[in-house]
Amino acid sequence: MQRRVIFNNRLLPYLLLLPQLVITVVFFFWPASQAIYQSVLSQDPFGLRTRVVYLENFLTVLRDPLYIEAFKVTIVFSISVTLFVMTLALLFAVMADRQIRGAQTYKTLLLWPYALAPAVAAVLWNFIFHPSIGIFGKALNSWGLHWDYQLNGAQALVLVVVASSWKQIAHNFLFFLAGLQSIPTAVVEAAMIDGANSWKLFRSIHFPLLSPTTFYLITINLVFAFFDTFGVIHALTHGGPGRSTTTLMYKVYMDGYVNLNLGGSAAQSVILMLIVSVLVWLQFRFVEGKVHYT
Amino acid sequence: MIPKQLRNFPVHLVLIVAIIVFAFPVYFAFIGSTWDAALIGRGQMPLTPGPNLIANYTNALTSARGGRIIGNPVQILLWNSLQMAVAIAVGKIIISILSAYAVAFFRFPLRMFFFAMIFLTLMLPIEVRIAPTYKVMSDLGLINTFAGLTIPLMASATGTLLFRQFFLTIPDEYVEAAKIDGAGPLRFFWSIVLPLSRTNIAALFVILFIYGWNQYLWPLLITTSRSMETIVIGIVKMMGTGEAQTDWNLIMASTVLALLPPVLVVILMQQWFVRGLVQTEK
Repeated sequence: MQRRVIFNNRLLPYLLLLPQLVITVVFFFWPASQAIYQSVLSQDPFGLRTRVVYLENFLTVLRDPLYIEAFKVTIVFSISVTLFVMTLALLFAVMADRQIRGAQTYKTLLLWPYALAPAVAAVLWNFIFHPSIGIFGKALNSWGLHWDYQLNGAQALVLVVVASSWKQIAHNFLFFLAGLQSIPTAVVEAAMIDGANSWKLFRSIHFPLLSPTTFYLITINLVFAFFDTFGVIHALTHGGPGRSTTTLMYKVYMDGYVNLNLGGSAAQSVILMLIVSVLVWLQFRFVEGKVHYT
Repeated sequence: MIPKQLRNFPVHLVLIVAIIVFAFPVYFAFIGSTWDAALIGRGQMPLTPGPNLIANYTNALTSARGGRIIGNPVQILLWNSLQMAVAIAVGKIIISILSAYAVAFFRFPLRMFFFAMIFLTLMLPIEVRIAPTYKVMSDLGLINTFAGLTIPLMASATGTLLFRQFFLTIPDEYVEAAKIDGAGPLRFFWSIVLPLSRTNIAALFVILFIYGWNQYLWPLLITTSRSMETIVIGIVKMMGTGEAQTDWNLIMASTVLALLPPVLVVILMQQWFVRGLVQTEK
């Protein structure tokens, strides 16, 4: 879309763009190019000499069984979070979309968890699922479940998924609700006249018409699970026990900061960049093809 | 025919259960913040508030010291987080409204190139490029500075895209009228564009405030001095490895204090929040 009437000014537009461009170049393009550059270098143990090793860092990373393990954890984790969040958010949105009393109040009371930091969510869930002092942790133990997420990897993963999802449901709920409310009532009424019950109505009207929102939320949730959940993992499990909750993002942090393996960490960063680029590209494709209901 | 109230009963039931499930972690945090550490450590915390509410919150705010924890006073942590969140929100709004104005209201060489450059930042959240960005920060001597904490988080395209989208809906006639009246681009920006953008600015501010307040990885790396600690980092540090015998009453009081500001912003400014969330991600 282009504007017909514009201002004619030589210098001013550049001055207006300058602050954002400086920040973008210094804190975005420079580091991103550094990451790519670092990822093809290798440093000797004393940091005296560096040489170009091309794809060697990538091959080392991709052959590393620990990296493959982190990859698997990330996939299980992100798919669990995405499924869990979207199922519940859709259920709540369909309910809140009904013409019922207090719909606005319900909406407010379901939205606020969006405001919580992932790390704060972790602290809250830790307090209730703590094996010896948490109200649910104690209950699980008294039922003979041997609940201790600090020792049991599967339980740790479950807790991290639950704490992350809890925070994210509010976000998805809002988008599903907005999507549902943009479906024209005429379509719904027509289906009702044809005798569709509420399940049929959902399956053949609401769900298909929501598909752009659904696809969009899948990519958003995957990006959330990949990166934003770092706070949850760092606060709750530190990637453990063992490596059962070490995701790719957590591994980049560990290798880059704690273990100071710069080349390997840079190669991992570049791989992550590629993954996000693909996700964002998919997102734009689906947003571009967004169906308009009016 | 079943009466309407009864037909809607399952719907209300699902929503009420959802609200309770959403609220219970915060409810227990509040309960934890009203008892003493020893009682919680024995695993005997009741389900109703206790007598230590005022003592715990006063302690958290002014010293955050307990039997096991030597924390940073929460009032300092809150102040740090507030400064960071406001700086990120205001800074990002200013730079993005200016760049969007340039892209939408002028024609100049390399316009689309610059726009594409800004657009590209959408591709990579700061978490992905965090290691190299940290390197750049230490080269520039920005570790442990307020500028280093906030400015890199302003490099993003969402604000620019939102404002550009909105500016394109401002009719050409407005620009023509302004030109006829002899107003230059800066006057037009100040007297017409800025007042028209008020709602968008408010919506973006709410979203960015929450984004800034909830930052975790970046402050964790950039601030090593305790005087710059944010509330989210401070709480996680207080909790440590989460032993049973720690000052859970203090941790929970601090947690409640940490989540109140952003939650209040979402509830009190719900209209703007919803608008901002749906628009910035569209």
